[in-house]
Amino acid sequence: MTLGRGRRAVSAAFVVACAAAVVLAVVPLVLVLGFVVGRGVQALNADFFTRLPQPVGEAGGGMANAILGTLTLATLAAAMAVPIGVGTGLYLSEHSGRPFASLVRFAADTLNGVPSIVIGVFAYAVAVLPFQRFSALAGGFALGVMMIPIVARTTEELLLLVPESLREGALALGATRGRAMLGVVLPAALPGVVTAVVLALARVAGETAPLLFTSFNNRFFATSLTEPTSSLTVQVFTYAISPYEDWHRQAWAGALVLIVMVFGCSLLARLTTRRLERMHRGG
Amino acid sequence: MRAGVALLTTCALTAATLAAAQTVRVTGAGATFPYPIYSKWFAEYGRLHREVEIDYQSIGSGGGIRQVTNRTVFFGATDSPMTDEQLRAAGGRLLHVPMALGAVVPAYHVPGAGELTFSGDVLARIFLGQIARWNDAAISALNPGVRLPATAITVVHRADGSGTTYVWTEYLSKQSAEFRRMVGVNAAVRWPAGVGARGNEGVAGLVQQIPGAIAYVELNYAIHGKIAYGRVLNGGGERVKASVESMTAAALSGAATMPPDFRLSITDAPGKGTYPISSFTWLLLYEEPKDKVRGRAMVEFVRWALTAGQGYCADLGYAPLPDHIVKLALAAVDRIKTS
Amino acid sequence: MARRAPSVLFGGATTALASAVLVIVSAIAVVLTIDALPSIRRFGLEFWSGTVWDPVTQDFGALPFIWGTLYSSCLAIILAAPIALGSAVFIAEFAPPWLGQPLVFLIELLAAIPSIVYGLWGIFVLVPDIRRLELALPDALRQSPFFSGPPLGLGLLSAALLLAIMVIPFTASVAREVLRAVPLAQREAAYALGATPFEAVRAALHYARSGIAGAVMLGLGRALGETMAVAMVIGNTPKISLSIVQPQYTMAAVIANEFTEAAQPLYLSALVEIGLVLFAVTLVINALSRLLIWSMTR
Repeated sequence: MTLGRGRRAVSAAFVVACAAAVVLAVVPLVLVLGFVVGRGVQALNADFFTRLPQPVGEAGGGMANAILGTLTLATLAAAMAVPIGVGTGLYLSEHSGRPFASLVRFAADTLNGVPSIVIGVFAYAVAVLPFQRFSALAGGFALGVMMIPIVARTTEELLLLVPESLREGALALGATRGRAMLGVVLPAALPGVVTAVVLALARVAGETAPLLFTSFNNRFFATSLTEPTSSLTVQVFTYAISPYEDWHRQAWAGALVLIVMVFGCSLLARLTTRRLERMHRGG
Repeated sequence: MRAGVALLTTCALTAATLAAAQTVRVTGAGATFPYPIYSKWFAEYGRLHREVEIDYQSIGSGGGIRQVTNRTVFFGATDSPMTDEQLRAAGGRLLHVPMALGAVVPAYHVPGAGELTFSGDVLARIFLGQIARWNDAAISALNPGVRLPATAITVVHRADGSGTTYVWTEYLSKQSAEFRRMVGVNAAVRWPAGVGARGNEGVAGLVQQIPGAIAYVELNYAIHGKIAYGRVLNGGGERVKASVESMTAAALSGAATMPPDFRLSITDAPGKGTYPISSFTWLLLYEEPKDKVRGRAMVEFVRWALTAGQGYCADLGYAPLPDHIVKLALAAVDRIKTS
Repeated sequence: MARRAPSVLFGGATTALASAVLVIVSAIAVVLTIDALPSIRRFGLEFWSGTVWDPVTQDFGALPFIWGTLYSSCLAIILAAPIALGSAVFIAEFAPPWLGQPLVFLIELLAAIPSIVYGLWGIFVLVPDIRRLELALPDALRQSPFFSGPPLGLGLLSAALLLAIMVIPFTASVAREVLRAVPLAQREAAYALGATPFEAVRAALHYARSGIAGAVMLGLGRALGETMAVAMVIGNTPKISLSIVQPQYTMAAVIANEFTEAAQPLYLSALVEIGLVLFAVTLVINALSRLLIWSMTR
């Protein structure tokens, strides 16, 4: 019995529909990137990277403090999220079956799904109000909380990818479990862990909502971590909703810098993961 | 030789430390209404006094009041005077220091309409959502000879707590009992119609984009955003456009007697050539600041702003304070304990 | 025995760090609840049926925000799900590897674009285009309750479109993972019985249906919590309306706009209560979706 032409037609139409879906899915990427690059590149100049914002109506302002602010916040977030995230990942991969591990995994996945604005409210209550000041530390705390689940789950998955033979080899040589993990398995998974951190950084560097009431904003460079700090995302937001042409241009430029940072990290992460997967398949 | 190098290094380090230690950073937040003149003042003052850096975040009067009450910022700024209840909630005595005069104008985006005139009553009805189209009889009556399109009116208002909203609703409530009843006077009200935006900046941005939009913004934003703004009928029936002269007239007549705490509204001030939607804008400073060094820095700045700084107002669409008020304000600032 | 000490230390350290995650999640729930108590005590259940959000009279009702959040998110999912699933199917089932890998990469890039950048693009590109679209609507449509209102561009439609664009890559990548987890045997059996590619995929989809549902729900969870892009294009008006042309308001957007200035404790508490509910709802939806995905991949 041969395939009826009707059924073949339906199948072909289905494939075409799915292809169309992919095109539709990718079109916004082209549109958004096109505009950001097009309008952003025009506004990029040396001033943008080196000068501070000028008073309204005066030209030549830049986002130097915002760029430094984003880097500062990312560093603070990583300082908090890497120990907790990697530690959690280590724990989860070692004690996979235990009920406590399932609970931790559930908590990490829950944390991952919490809207960033809610994290911002939490960070305000915990890191701003008791100290009566907005600060880079509070902003870093909010972003760190968001990074933890990403680092933890990715670390866990990558540690599980490391071949059992490595761990068993170390144990066979008389190492304790701890030494086996820290001395052999973790270093093997290190590129992956770095990937996880970089990916998580890319994700939180683009966050705005939790910073609105934690790190707040600052017209100057923040001279201490207990001061409010500017950030690329908050600055782009402030400029975007303003009525000033010059600020709009700078907003596009800021968006471009943000995209370059975020995409750069994602690209790096992707390349490293590919290498790791190949290693795992080979080993 | 080694001793010389050591001495030099020590001197350099000491100098650097002294310089760093002397930079005073003061953080403030509040009204978007005076943001253009404040940012100009802070920049100019910063050029004259490099050891002081004043960082001001324009988040709305409501935010300014809240942040300064919680002491998460050192000073606040507002165009809606704090209520007695709000003042009681603050940990210490907060002073309202008037800094400049500004105006709230009806800004609109109606291509081809030119300059329009509004009355308080018509504005109230527009913002109540009762007048739906630009060619409504009420608007045409005030603007004979102007071809108004049938475009729908889109009201744009503030989505955040705003002193500009306070001044605007206070004026409209004086002009329309129905407005007072349905909306009331406050920095954040329940608007019966329209879309909300953050800050004077956001509102101005929206008006630029939406044909048929009307909003209330501080004068500077209309000028800088190149948005048309209308004349308003004052108490004497004159069609007055917001300007340094008309704001000053309003202040001279409305604030002839200024209460000691400076909380005074000058909307709908009587007299010739007065712009009826003018307002003071205030800095909120603690009479006994916890940080004396910052307190001193702010007091010095305020003294400069009240004297030399007033010269920058006119170019930015604000009016300098009348002399008698400057004197009173300087006297009030003397009360701030900086030692 | 001495060599055990580092292992115990190591075990203790990782357990402590893992517990930190639990502590943080619990802390979020506790802190939000405590700060929302004044509002909960004052308004009770009426908070969720009240339609008035009035900071002047301190009367707060959150129904308009729930409406806006649900309406915009559901509309976004309706728009996004077919595209996301179609993309996932194409990449997982039909695309040759040289096409599939770059496509996966492109979808990842889409997911990596920060929300603020989508918002920026939304204000300056999407909203004016939507305004032109709304201006060009035939009058017959304008009469219906779904399209009534002045053509501002800002409003529910723009927000839903932006949300859909943001959710598609998310749902697509999860759906692709789900499809990859379907045993090859399923498809091979179908082909052995003489199925067309469409019918074989249909069998795989049927097998993976709970996982697919989970992927869609994860997208919904993402849409519910999205703040910046929505706040920039939805019009920030607490109004319950069927019209997608009308500006409305969402729970996340109202918190972002009004949090720094809620001067009175009750106002702040009301906003925290909204945050608490957002937390609870996304928690439930995410847990449900993960359960669905897990049940299918086991």
